[in-house]
Amino acid sequence: MAEEEVKLFGTWASPFSRRIEVALKLKGVKYEYIEENLTNKSPALLNYNPVHKQIPVLVHNGKPVAESFVIMEYVDETWKHNPILPTDPYERAMARFWAKYIDDKLWPAAKKVVVTKGEEQKGVIDEIQQQMKILEGELKEKKFFGGESLGFLDIAANIIIWLVVAQEALGMDQILNEEKLPVLHGWLQRLLDDAVFKECVPPKERHLDFSKVKFGSSIASK
Amino acid sequence: MADEIILLDFLPSIFGMRIRVALAEKGLKYEYREQDLWNKSPLLLEMNPVHKKIPVLIHNGKPICESTIIVQYIDEVWKDKSPLLPADPYERAQARFWADYIDKKLYDLGKKITLTKGEEQDTRKREFLEFLKLLEGELGDKPFFGGENFGFVDVSLVAFSSRFYAYESFGNFSIEAECPKLIAWTKRCMERESVSSSLLDPQKVHDFVAGMRRRYGVE
Repeated sequence: MAEEEVKLFGTWASPFSRRIEVALKLKGVKYEYIEENLTNKSPALLNYNPVHKQIPVLVHNGKPVAESFVIMEYVDETWKHNPILPTDPYERAMARFWAKYIDDKLWPAAKKVVVTKGEEQKGVIDEIQQQMKILEGELKEKKFFGGESLGFLDIAANIIIWLVVAQEALGMDQILNEEKLPVLHGWLQRLLDDAVFKECVPPKERHLDFSKVKFGSSIASK
Repeated sequence: MADEIILLDFLPSIFGMRIRVALAEKGLKYEYREQDLWNKSPLLLEMNPVHKKIPVLIHNGKPICESTIIVQYIDEVWKDKSPLLPADPYERAQARFWADYIDKKLYDLGKKITLTKGEEQDTRKREFLEFLKLLEGELGDKPFFGGENFGFVDVSLVAFSSRFYAYESFGNFSIEAECPKLIAWTKRCMERESVSSSLLDPQKVHDFVAGMRRRYGVE
């Protein structure tokens, strides 16, 4: 049988890229990671994702798959052990629904909160708080969104780490604090403690420095 | 035990049409409930508290929201008839990719044509046609995006064809002139009972869009 060749084009700070790394590692899939410079995209990336020209892109035996949720489902269907999505169709629909919610609502708000100030920023903070409360309703008493182990939605929600680090880099009060959002706060600690997940999280200092450079310049001094 | 399927929907909705097509492809009986989007029913608000939008599929009392997610749900539950997603994981990924891209772009591109004028509208028309040409490239010589069989991407896209007459009329252009292959594909789709019985008549869609233009003060 021919050697399986799996490549992942990503960037170390991207939560979308991280989703795929976690999925592959949870399944024990060996892959070659290629770090992209988004200001100077490689010909390979442009060739494999001509439509969006974005990371992450998974290339499996020469065939590319793009868009993080599409890739995650592909990984789940190709390497069937340690499933990321539940087997029940209704629960699968719920996982997909909440993952989409994170991308359509939480992510745009997170990107906005770090580049706004004053009243506008307050409004976005409130929005995010509400969104996180809603997510808590979905998590309830479970260890992870996926139940006893990490699932599709936990992996999707790693965006929250991006937000926490960005807020810390800017010296902002954390929206995700233990007092206001105890359930989600607990989940985040468990996520960061997970043996597989923690391999995929960049060192805090490096991430913090990166966020300071990225966001520090995009708002005027307060 | 018979399945109880209720669809909360709105006749001119492209997203609702996707569900109607999918349910028809699977030969499923369901109760259609037209919603008033300007005076939302308690049932809609209860079944979709997060987005308060249609379509919502209620299967044996449990709601599923977001049209692409609903179509996948239907395909997975009633998997023995007319599968919409292919069996091969790579082909499934390609189908999901294109359905996702259509979702992200096409509705807004089309809507903007109907709500703008002059130079801005010209730009919108160009972007819209470019996107359709990209889709034509993906279709290639296949009868459907799903290949020989009508599939997931076809379901995602076909409902937009009910709005083409409105786009052309308010945009003063011809889609067929620029994208003949795509129009040929829509005609092929309309030969299917599931599609022709699910899509709202283009004239009625046109009149609905005219009403929306008046509402937004575009004249």
